[in-house]
Amino acid sequence: METVLALVIGGLYAISFYLMLRRSMVKLIFGLMLFTQAVNLLIFTAAGLTRGQPPIVPPGATAVPAPYADPLPQALVLTAIVISFGMLAFALALTRRGFLAMQTDDLDRLGRGAPE
Amino acid sequence: MSTIVVVPILVPLCAAIAGLLAAGRSALQRALSVAGAAAQLAVGVALLHTVHTRGIQVQQLGHWPAPFGITIVADLFSAIMVTLSGLVGLCVSLFALVDIGPERERFAFHPLLHFLLMGVAGAFLTGDLFNLFVWFELIIMTSFVLLALGGERPQIEGAVKYLTLNFIASGLFLTALGILYGQFGTLNMADLAIRLDSQPSGVGLSSAMLMLVAFGIKAGVFPLFFWLPDSYHTPPAAVTALFAGLLTKVGVYAMIRVLTLVFTADLLVLAPLIVTASLLTMVTGVLGAAAQSDIRRLLAFHIISQIGYMTLGLGLRTEAALAASVFYIVHNVIAKTNLFFVAGAIRHIRGTSELRELGGLYRDEPRLAALFLIPALALAGIPPLSGFIAKFTLVKAALTADAFLPAAVALGVGMLTLYSMTKIWAEAFWKAAPADADGGTRAPVPIVMLLPIIALTTLTVLLGVLPGTLLDLASGAAMQLLDRRQYLDAVLGTAR
Repeated sequence: METVLALVIGGLYAISFYLMLRRSMVKLIFGLMLFTQAVNLLIFTAAGLTRGQPPIVPPGATAVPAPYADPLPQALVLTAIVISFGMLAFALALTRRGFLAMQTDDLDRLGRGAPE
Repeated sequence: MSTIVVVPILVPLCAAIAGLLAAGRSALQRALSVAGAAAQLAVGVALLHTVHTRGIQVQQLGHWPAPFGITIVADLFSAIMVTLSGLVGLCVSLFALVDIGPERERFAFHPLLHFLLMGVAGAFLTGDLFNLFVWFELIIMTSFVLLALGGERPQIEGAVKYLTLNFIASGLFLTALGILYGQFGTLNMADLAIRLDSQPSGVGLSSAMLMLVAFGIKAGVFPLFFWLPDSYHTPPAAVTALFAGLLTKVGVYAMIRVLTLVFTADLLVLAPLIVTASLLTMVTGVLGAAAQSDIRRLLAFHIISQIGYMTLGLGLRTEAALAASVFYIVHNVIAKTNLFFVAGAIRHIRGTSELRELGGLYRDEPRLAALFLIPALALAGIPPLSGFIAKFTLVKAALTADAFLPAAVALGVGMLTLYSMTKIWAEAFWKAAPADADGGTRAPVPIVMLLPIIALTTLTVLLGVLPGTLLDLASGAAMQLLDRRQYLDAVLGTAR
């Protein structure tokens, strides 16, 4: 399972960087989206995958018995998802403003059109 | 346990919320903003005093012991940075009273300023890497809005670049965190430091490298600086001064903290790279500045050039060099913020910051001319100002460490900085005003604008004439950075 996910993560990183290197603003946004997904998946996978073992202390015991799914990476990923959601919302609003002001989706022309 | 460590995070939070509640009542909001920033400065000084007299202060949030909960910790370096952020915050909130128009104020400029200060204080004080990531996100989220607030065309352009690069930097940082957690199962800096010592692995180096790139983007280190001059000059001067003074230094702070505390073994490997990058940062920044003809763009390139001096201290890895870095950060934050204020004041009275369209300012505004000259000469490193002491200690540290090339480059870049500053002086202040020049208010610079400039200029002179106190603090901070035992004991306590 880890191998498959590692390949998926690598693919996502590659695709996201490819998209970010494109000149289109829309592709840039897609690139950023995929990038956050790739990072989240990486955190989740790197900490190890344990299936069907929730970290719940059984009645009578004082600690969780050994193989159990680590809840911390999931908490980290959750935080990262929320933050990247906010960032992406802002990025979308900003690029919309940029598109309306510049009437172009081309990042190269965005820079050259500078009045000062 | 000491409560004072969390106060620098709580004060701006309260100020920001109070400011939001006072939305629509402009006068009240402004008063709250200045009062909040003044309180932050006071808290910063109190924290610095506490840390200086009683050692490293730690607070475990929710009383969860160190590796499990989030640790808030203040050593001398953090306390110095928090104090600086309070100082810059206060000056910016004063300057913004005139500089930020009612339009931007209506869109919550003042609360945003305090949210930013909260993020900055949090980043300086946290002892947990994931928490550092969260503070970084708070900082860049507020800075995005501050940068784009107003929605002028160049601002939008600058904001797109700024957003993309910071997004990527955060992603790389988070990647490093994921890898580190997967390997070591902890993100507490002190705990991670011990685990990396006991089981060194290639994972440490790769994470250190990822973080170096992420913080390098934020700090504007060569070759990752190109977004900075494209975006920093676009918003109003108060915002630019805030960014120039604080944001890049958060990147430098994070770099120094992480590499001295957590990745000490990897710092050995990375040191030559850091020195090379620092030197190239200095040179490209100052050469880029020489080609500019807009004051704000010119100063933005100088931000980059100066960052090189700060990271050079880290690359040299000696106590004296780190102390010089800390001193340099303090000097630079004060001088740089001040120069952007002066540029803002010029723009306020003349309606432009383009050197070709300026002139005659020495005749019209002799006070402002004097107030420009002092931080400008300080930036170039002319005695007896703060920049001289900063450069002197750094070059001396470089020579002691047998790093002759860095010392020579540092001195040469100082000369070129002087060239840029004389260029501004000759064009904006000395030459006669162009015949067709008009625009701006043409009135004398308002006293509210001059006040923070005067305060920062006084500090620049004081740090140059009486550097003793700060030099002691800086070498104390460097000692704590290099001798990690104090930090580890304070954070982990008996858990070790």
